[in-house]
Amino acid sequence: MTEENPGAGAASGRGASAEAYWSRNLRYVTVLLAIWFAVSYGAGILFVEQLNQIRIPFTGFPLGFWFAQQGSIYVFVVLIFVYVALMNRLDREYEVDEGEVE
Amino acid sequence: MNVQAWTFSLVAASFALYIGIAIASRASSTREFYVAGKGVSPLANGMATAADWMSAASFISMAGIIAFRGYDGSVFLMGWTGGYVLLALLLAPYLRKYGAFTVPDFVGDRYYSQTARIVAVVCAIFVSFTYVSGQMRGVGIVFSRFLEVDVGVGVVIGMGIVFFYAVLGGMKGITYTQVAQYCVLIFAYMVPAIFLSLMITGIPIPQLGFGGVDQATGGFLLDRLNGLHEELGFAAYTSGGKSMIDVFFITAALMVGTAGLPHVIIRFYTVPRVRDARISVGWALLFIAILYTAAPAVAVFARTNLLETVAGQPYAEMPDWFKTWEGTGLISFEDVNGDGLVQFVGPAATDVSGAPVTNELTIDQDIMVLANPEIARLPNWIVGLVAAGGLAAALSTAAGLLLVVSTAVSHDLLKRGFKPDITEKGELVAARVAAGAAVIVAGYLGIDPPGFVAEVVAFAFGLAAASFFPAILMGVFSKRMNREGAVLGMVAGITLTAGYIVYFKFVNPAANTAEHWWFGVSPEGIGTIGMLVNFAVAMVVSRFTAPPPPHVQRMVELIRIPKGAGTAHEISA
Repeated sequence: MTEENPGAGAASGRGASAEAYWSRNLRYVTVLLAIWFAVSYGAGILFVEQLNQIRIPFTGFPLGFWFAQQGSIYVFVVLIFVYVALMNRLDREYEVDEGEVE
Repeated sequence: MNVQAWTFSLVAASFALYIGIAIASRASSTREFYVAGKGVSPLANGMATAADWMSAASFISMAGIIAFRGYDGSVFLMGWTGGYVLLALLLAPYLRKYGAFTVPDFVGDRYYSQTARIVAVVCAIFVSFTYVSGQMRGVGIVFSRFLEVDVGVGVVIGMGIVFFYAVLGGMKGITYTQVAQYCVLIFAYMVPAIFLSLMITGIPIPQLGFGGVDQATGGFLLDRLNGLHEELGFAAYTSGGKSMIDVFFITAALMVGTAGLPHVIIRFYTVPRVRDARISVGWALLFIAILYTAAPAVAVFARTNLLETVAGQPYAEMPDWFKTWEGTGLISFEDVNGDGLVQFVGPAATDVSGAPVTNELTIDQDIMVLANPEIARLPNWIVGLVAAGGLAAALSTAAGLLLVVSTAVSHDLLKRGFKPDITEKGELVAARVAAGAAVIVAGYLGIDPPGFVAEVVAFAFGLAAASFFPAILMGVFSKRMNREGAVLGMVAGITLTAGYIVYFKFVNPAANTAEHWWFGVSPEGIGTIGMLVNFAVAMVVSRFTAPPPPHVQRMVELIRIPKGAGTAHEISA
């Protein structure tokens, strides 16, 4: 995220700045949902048989089964916290954050 | 102390706690009644959401279902957690920014349409009642088994408690009670899980334990369970038997349905800011994940213990818990071949000569979590604790659902519908009366459940997936989406989903097999197709009809940006 910030200083997210903010948000959402899909529908369902051929070392877990019953859930939790961190930074960058609660 | 004394004291203590909290947090305005004054901290809201979400189904039934279905049970694990990612990324922050009180509020305003509002209200009420009757059944099971009172008396006691804090405290009372209920239920779930994990594998973390080495045989526990399954003629535990396409569609319907359930969505109206809405979804899923990642471990422990204790053993030597549950009718044994042994086998079972063996034992999967501590001979206080936890899970969810029903009546139907001139005080009275009436109807459904309650649970998720999720999503992400597209999309999605479920569950249940399903998708997974149809119809119709009026487009622009959420509470259309 080294790109120039076009929206800094622009007033209250109107016009071009609002659109830039929105498209950055959409980009984050797309990437995170791709991961969301890959760990659950991909590893846990579509490729579960292939991954079950692999065993997680030192455990009894077949990998596909583990993704379906454990791994996908851990990744879901991480995805949300990553999104929160990205968006909080983006809000500040575009000066659309809400400040502290009075 | 015996099991019953422990159960009685722990349940009584937890109920006293809930009532104490309810008295301390009464609601005095509609704002407090509907959304707890929008002053709940994100962490507390996350905990309350977790309790709200984790129902009798999560606490009592889920590990049992997984124990009986193995890999196929994953649809519930992924489906009921993955929806929170959709909520956090696609819905919660925007709904909080909009700042309405209810889901139909948003749908009605965004699509400038009273029809859209009414469709949403009807769906919200239907989904909530379907769900709540399941909770009351859970309350009934716990009471009848552990306190040995009549199911009806148990439900009436449960109704009394919910009535007290939901009607008195509204969202504010419910929120703080749910925080306490989360603590009770997670403690009650994890203590026996940790005990079991230690006993079987020597590892104190159940999430790791079920991948560990079984201390009795020295091999991996999952290998041993798969071996037992093979021996007894069940499908391998870690593979499962459903078709891939059905697993895919059911998981998707549960995920999208979760994100569209009104009692979950309204929880994110209760926090002060948009950023709080985002992070509180994260906390909610973290708190949920603790139970959801432990459930498959509990399932493996329970399944192994059950097969070891019961399968092929003499009926006369069955332990006490077997006899007690037999008394409730949830375990039944019929000695088909008259050898006095309990044949608990799968469809592929054969004896030494290769002749097929008939299964003689039927076990209701709902009893696995409740019976687990007894099967593993854990101390009596743990058995009592599990009963208190099951009640916490059922009551917290019931309260959240009843609140949706009461706000749908007092706010969506009266204030925003038929009687807009109602006073604040009148609206609050209406909300309380509606909550009271809803408790009574739910209680009736719990005492005397119509036979189809279990069948219609697929409805709740299917309808939420086919109606609310697409409507809200397009309302935020497409400025061009208009009234005509949204209403026709919802109607098409609901009609298809409801039609498919009604046909296979009620009209022609005999045809409810894979070869008659569309693309091999079962009624449980049809919500996904309903959702896709909703999207498609809405897109096409909106292209050929007028765009939404400028003030609505402006509203969408405002929703997308967090700033100003603290002041703009109701941007009315």
